[in-house]
Amino acid sequence: MSTRWAVRVGRVSTRVDPVATGIALLAWALTLGLAAFSLTLGDYEIPLAQVLETLAGRGSLIMTDVVVNNRLPRILVGIGVGVAFAVSGAIFQRLARNPLVSPDLIGINAGAALAAVLMITVLGSSTAWIPAGALAGSLLTATCIYLLAYRNGVAGQRLVLVGIGVTAIIGSLTAYLLTLADIYAAKNALLWLTGSLAGRSWPQATIIGVALLVLVPPAMAAARQLRVLELGDDLARALGVRIEGARAVLIAIGVGLAALATAAAGPIGFVALVAPQLARRLVPEGVPSLPVAGALGALLVVASDLIARQLFAPTALPVGIVTAFLGAPYLLFLLARANRVGRGG
Amino acid sequence: MTLSRRRGLLHHSGPRAAGLAAAVTVLLAAVLLSLLAGAQWFGPRDVYAAAAEFAGSDTDRVIRYLRLPRTATGLLAGAALGLAGALMQGVTRNPLADPGLLGVNAGAALAVVGAIGLLGIHSLTGYVWFAMGGALVATVVVHLVGSVGRGGATPVKLALAGAALSALLGSVTSAATLLDLSTLNEFRFWVVGSLTLATGGIVAQAVPFIAVGIVLALALGRSLNQLALGEDLATALGTRVTVVRILAGLAVVLLAGTATAMAGPIGFVGLAVPHVARTIVGPDYRWILPWSVVLAPTVLLLADVAGRLVVRPAELQVGIVTALFGAPLFIALVRRRKLAEL
Repeated sequence: MSTRWAVRVGRVSTRVDPVATGIALLAWALTLGLAAFSLTLGDYEIPLAQVLETLAGRGSLIMTDVVVNNRLPRILVGIGVGVAFAVSGAIFQRLARNPLVSPDLIGINAGAALAAVLMITVLGSSTAWIPAGALAGSLLTATCIYLLAYRNGVAGQRLVLVGIGVTAIIGSLTAYLLTLADIYAAKNALLWLTGSLAGRSWPQATIIGVALLVLVPPAMAAARQLRVLELGDDLARALGVRIEGARAVLIAIGVGLAALATAAAGPIGFVALVAPQLARRLVPEGVPSLPVAGALGALLVVASDLIARQLFAPTALPVGIVTAFLGAPYLLFLLARANRVGRGG
Repeated sequence: MTLSRRRGLLHHSGPRAAGLAAAVTVLLAAVLLSLLAGAQWFGPRDVYAAAAEFAGSDTDRVIRYLRLPRTATGLLAGAALGLAGALMQGVTRNPLADPGLLGVNAGAALAVVGAIGLLGIHSLTGYVWFAMGGALVATVVVHLVGSVGRGGATPVKLALAGAALSALLGSVTSAATLLDLSTLNEFRFWVVGSLTLATGGIVAQAVPFIAVGIVLALALGRSLNQLALGEDLATALGTRVTVVRILAGLAVVLLAGTATAMAGPIGFVGLAVPHVARTIVGPDYRWILPWSVVLAPTVLLLADVAGRLVVRPAELQVGIVTALFGAPLFIALVRRRKLAEL
């Protein structure tokens, strides 16, 4: 158990854990540092001083266009979706008490992807409408998966396996759509499918910003109940938590965050899985991990995007390829480790 | 372990053999249907003419160069995938095992893409070795991750390890295809799984690989029955468990690797067919294996014919049809309460 400090502002009081706060602050500092570095990179490099000057509103017209209209929103989308995926993953993992029940593994992202590819390849929709379609797709998929996995409650492992099955159907339909499209539309769709920050601009930044503003505060408030829910249904009920209601609200927030993040940047894989797991390992047991997970999620996406752009420069890979490269081996490791302690997947 | 302890519909060797003969007849009917059906329907006489007195007419050409290799691909790949699935379910004692779900096909697929895209190898005899290598690596990784430590390889762990590895391999493939538009163009038709990819020459090259795999697999029936009793009991009964596992793994790699090299990654045939066979003949692998060899190509050919007819004159590739039918079966299996507790 670590020391906690009680912080009181007027009538609102909260306990603050110095370790958790320190890690979150460190992650944010690193994220902002990488983001600033990222702003200097691109088709032509701009020195950091000039970037900062431009951000302060004293740059030339061209600088303003490049930095403020082009690079800044892209970075903000990266930070935003990192936070959203990570918080969503943390909620799911803690609700199911299973690290594998993250939105990308149980198929929610795949649903968004199918809808988006349908819009790109068949309907030829303008980019503005793709997020709406992706949102609808993931909400629909989440509902389907929940109903299919429901049998006297939703057991974590059944949810994961049903998710794998649903993902298989959705994935093969998506692959079929790719064969129908012309090759350039197919490439765009594939870029989108991998999860990419390329071409993301203020509309997407607005989507994810609003999503975070609307969904993160209730998530933080509900996190208190998460800790009680983790004690088990009986104990939680005895402590006066209305279990089904609390769980439904948390699932809705988790799905909403994953859906909107996917709508903004595509299904960037494994962030929702890895960030909360890292948070759990860094922060002592029993501390609310949502803020730390969110900070680590942002760091993960921004760092991965930087790697994706630099590694094969001048060809930029989509960020989702890097996160999959980092995340999938980690998932395999988690599985192997879970087996060794005998807890199963 | 939920491999059905119930006896199948057919209890004795006589009815099982007779049923198998009937299944072979159905398979022959599926073969004929696959030759006749499509955007253009032919009569049996056309097929005979194309085979016996090839005159080079359009009909002759379509049958000989398109329908025949397509049907042969379905026959070979189907038998291979069905057997590979049955073997995997037997060895891992895992009702969810399938070369698609456990990442074997994804491993083979990535290796083939690499061989074609990076090394410029275009003959099946060239890249089939890569396919088998990829299948082997994927099989070993998934099995290692799924079975480390206490509890051994449960369906859930194996399925998850397969999903994780498939995601990883898929993103490597995406990266490769995104960097090169022409690879993407070739790849997107291949990755859905289709019987129209292989030419007659490629089919002929695949025959020996698949034949060896089938013989090896069928020879393992008795050993799989003993493995089903549990590792300790099997050892006590004189089964050399490790040898059986290695031979079965070899057969899976040979079968699934070659099938993927021919037809792309096709999922769920290997999952579904052994379950159907088990329902018919019970848990005896000496019967499940031969039934799978016959039923799986029947299923694959019928799925392919359905894909040709449903969206005529366009086509649904067979891998999409099998996923549309197979994944719901997978979900139904998962919903059975006992499984989730494994």
